[in-house]
Amino acid sequence: MSLHAQDDPALRAAQEDRLREVWKPPSGLFLRWTDTNNNRVGVWYTLTAFGFMLFAGVLALIMRTQLAVPDNDLVSANTFNQLFTLHGSVMMFLFAVPMFEAVSIILLPQLLGARDLPFPRLSAFGYWSFLIGGVFVAGSIFFNAAPDGGWFMYPPLTTRTDLSGLGADIWMLGLSFIEVSSVAAAVELIVGVLKCRPPGMRLNLMPLYAWYILVVAVMILFAFPPLIAGDLLFEMERLLNWPFFDAARGGDPLLWQHLFWIFGHPEVYIVFLPSIALFAMMIPTFAQRHLLGYPWIVLAAVGTAFLSFGLWVHHMFATGLPKISLAFFSAASEAVAIPTGVQIFAFIATLWAGKVKWSTPLLYASGSLAVFVIGGLTGVMVAIAPFDWQAHDTYFVVAHLHYVLIGGTLLPLFGGLYYYWPLITGKKLSDRLGRIAFWIMFVGINLTFFPMHLSGLEGMPRRVFTYPAELNIGWLNLASTAGSYLFATGVLVLVVDLALSPTRAKSPRNPWNAGTLEWLALPDDEDWGIRSVPLIESRYPIWDQKDFVAKVDEGRFFLPDAEEGRRETIVTSVLDAKPVSVIRLGGPSVKPMITAVALGSVFILTTYHLYLLAALGGVATLACVLWWLWDTAEIPEKPEKPIGHGMHLSLYRSGPAAPGWWAMFITMMADATAYSGLVFGYYFYWTVHPDFGEGFTGPGIAAPMIALAPSLASWALTLIAREVHARGHVMLARLLLIGGAAMAVVGLFAGLRCLDGLDPQVNVYPAIIWVLVIWTVAHAAVAVVMQLYTLARSLAGKMDPTHDADLRNITVYMHFFALTAIVTYMTIGWFPETGL
Amino acid sequence: MKRWLQRASRLRVTLWTLIVPPTVWAVHFLFSYLWAAISCEKIGEWALFPTAFAIGTVIALVLIVASGVIAWQQSRTPGDPPPHQEGTDIDRLRFLAYSTMLLAGLSFVAVLFTALPVIMLGDCR
Repeated sequence: MSLHAQDDPALRAAQEDRLREVWKPPSGLFLRWTDTNNNRVGVWYTLTAFGFMLFAGVLALIMRTQLAVPDNDLVSANTFNQLFTLHGSVMMFLFAVPMFEAVSIILLPQLLGARDLPFPRLSAFGYWSFLIGGVFVAGSIFFNAAPDGGWFMYPPLTTRTDLSGLGADIWMLGLSFIEVSSVAAAVELIVGVLKCRPPGMRLNLMPLYAWYILVVAVMILFAFPPLIAGDLLFEMERLLNWPFFDAARGGDPLLWQHLFWIFGHPEVYIVFLPSIALFAMMIPTFAQRHLLGYPWIVLAAVGTAFLSFGLWVHHMFATGLPKISLAFFSAASEAVAIPTGVQIFAFIATLWAGKVKWSTPLLYASGSLAVFVIGGLTGVMVAIAPFDWQAHDTYFVVAHLHYVLIGGTLLPLFGGLYYYWPLITGKKLSDRLGRIAFWIMFVGINLTFFPMHLSGLEGMPRRVFTYPAELNIGWLNLASTAGSYLFATGVLVLVVDLALSPTRAKSPRNPWNAGTLEWLALPDDEDWGIRSVPLIESRYPIWDQKDFVAKVDEGRFFLPDAEEGRRETIVTSVLDAKPVSVIRLGGPSVKPMITAVALGSVFILTTYHLYLLAALGGVATLACVLWWLWDTAEIPEKPEKPIGHGMHLSLYRSGPAAPGWWAMFITMMADATAYSGLVFGYYFYWTVHPDFGEGFTGPGIAAPMIALAPSLASWALTLIAREVHARGHVMLARLLLIGGAAMAVVGLFAGLRCLDGLDPQVNVYPAIIWVLVIWTVAHAAVAVVMQLYTLARSLAGKMDPTHDADLRNITVYMHFFALTAIVTYMTIGWFPETGL
Repeated sequence: MKRWLQRASRLRVTLWTLIVPPTVWAVHFLFSYLWAAISCEKIGEWALFPTAFAIGTVIALVLIVASGVIAWQQSRTPGDPPPHQEGTDIDRLRFLAYSTMLLAGLSFVAVLFTALPVIMLGDCR
């Protein structure tokens, strides 16, 4: 298809018809919910997260009303506990993190000129998981069963079933389920940014939003899994009485705090960076110039991401750790102010150098910077351990964290809402209402949270349902309560503005005159994402590339057609975005939804101790996953297809050139991180408890080594199978896979033999060995499933020596499995027995 | 030295090399934290810690400076005209190298920050 061909309007119309047909959303009362297109799933996701935000806001208002005057009795202490726990948990897990994923699912394909993200069904699965888990957790308060141990759920208060009821299980299992959906989103977004950029969009031309999303998604991979590991230990203690956090039996409640905050502190940056990323898109638009200091922003994003993993102990300054340890974390906490400041200065410099249009989104952006900087400054204060000892667990910290999160997440998102509303709906929001809402909120926020600094310094503790009049902080609390209602009024004005949107006229295309790709979207949205995938030569192609919009619209770039009636997008190389292949994307399907329901049933039924049904749910989940996978990595009807300009791209790739391989690799990184959380637990106990393992006969050296050998054999056989298969020996490869599966089964049972004579309820030493071994043998079981699945694919003719994605992907899994087996069996066999 | 720098500037630059300096910081940080925790718990004092710590810190700083210097060389690869934000091989290289150099600067400071408590406190208290 030459340039010339696209001059023909009839051809263009025919192409558009085909594209429209291929990307047509499913209709019907139920079927419309089976859609997987990012523009729909992203909107559902955003609206759901927004709904949870309003819900958690109402919880906060009830709390503020209770605290308006001293000795108030509007709600009981117990209800108050549920209110603050759920407020924090919902805002963090059901609003801030999902909102970032939701916005990215909408924006990222647009920004990258892709038709959709590489795994649209995975996005849909993430959404349904989020919805089910979110309703489960948030709804618990209506049954007086909400978690009540604070959003960080410190044991032993929360692990003792006589002190906290079902709420703790709901928190652990419901939110674990949502963490799964976050990891799914991280996989989707990383592969999206690295592999689905348009041709020519090298790393140095990538929109900064994409840089931030890449960084944040990688952070999720390393931050969430430790919490998943913590959740696992926590539920083992609650449901099975394994004493991980019980000091009387050798456990340690501090381990939970470590695992929680290794997640919890990066989490703050996980919700902050994507919001600041919205600034990086808005500010150039309203300054009408390129953003200054592009590499400096990348420095800020990457630097913050790294440093944020060295801060977690600053939440534990008051736990009695050695001062030298505290000082390390204090130092890193101060260092993180450097990259944070760099990006703010880059934004200010850009505004300074440009011709600023004072629009409503920019008002929100600048207002949020002011709020954020106040939170940042108190952050520098509480990062200093001696100051923190004075302010710890007081309202000073409440003020600090709300300034940070409102200035760093909420207000930027509202700014983004005003900025991107025309992109989603084709209509602008009201500037007038937007400004009114902003000023009400801005005053409300400061009136609510500034007095909390003072009430905190006066000694008002956090999470206490009332306070005596003698403390003399009644007027400060009254001011905070008045402010919170003002703040809520501002949010209400904003909601009214959104509600009025359907009555307004469409705005022109690209109403802000922005320069980045997402603004190619038409006010009357087409579902195909982008008419043709452009060749990128600038960071702001709409501004800089000649006739850019017209060329995209007329299909003069790549992939302007859908000849085979399939949803497709282009895959490019990581560094320089050279075209690599065309992938076929999953269309509307019930599979993601059903899989989410099945997986949700596992978590929810476990909460109610219905283990048999939960196990059935687990089997159903496995069946759903296999059913879903069976259609993926299909062998195309032809090896390659033309994408225009005389270029032909392959329709099938395996190994590192394929998005599926990356997805497996990234998922396994998360898996390995969760596992390292458990291993950390083992060595943590050894470090802090001199009597760890004393008086117990461990598994010895022989049993673990006997389990390790077949596990490694299974890995080696899979590896050899991959190699001989690629050389055309299909039969031999099948036999090797059978052998690999058999070895994994042997490894599984040999692994369980290590547990003979160890009672996990007695002491933490046998308990942690149990967990490590169970984790490893569960991975052996998954290895068996994968090997047999690959065998079945081969027998069914869905895999051959030139189309071997399945085999290459499971080999990635096997590498990680081998590593897990080595670490587990070496640890339990050789350590600490050998007297190290 | 000059020839060495020229050779170094021909090293491959990828997303992985971008994160070398902060990774060095992370390893140094983890090493400091774990060693302090283990020696304070197990021995009750630092024993060999300050010496080992000083060596480790010097190694970390040398690695960061080395990657920073290489990146600095690469970020001055001659070729395309300023402002170096075109979609060319050289500008992409210059961008990644420049960002690596900035990260090296941040990581250098962050390692120094980690070293400060050792100089200031000096024991397990």
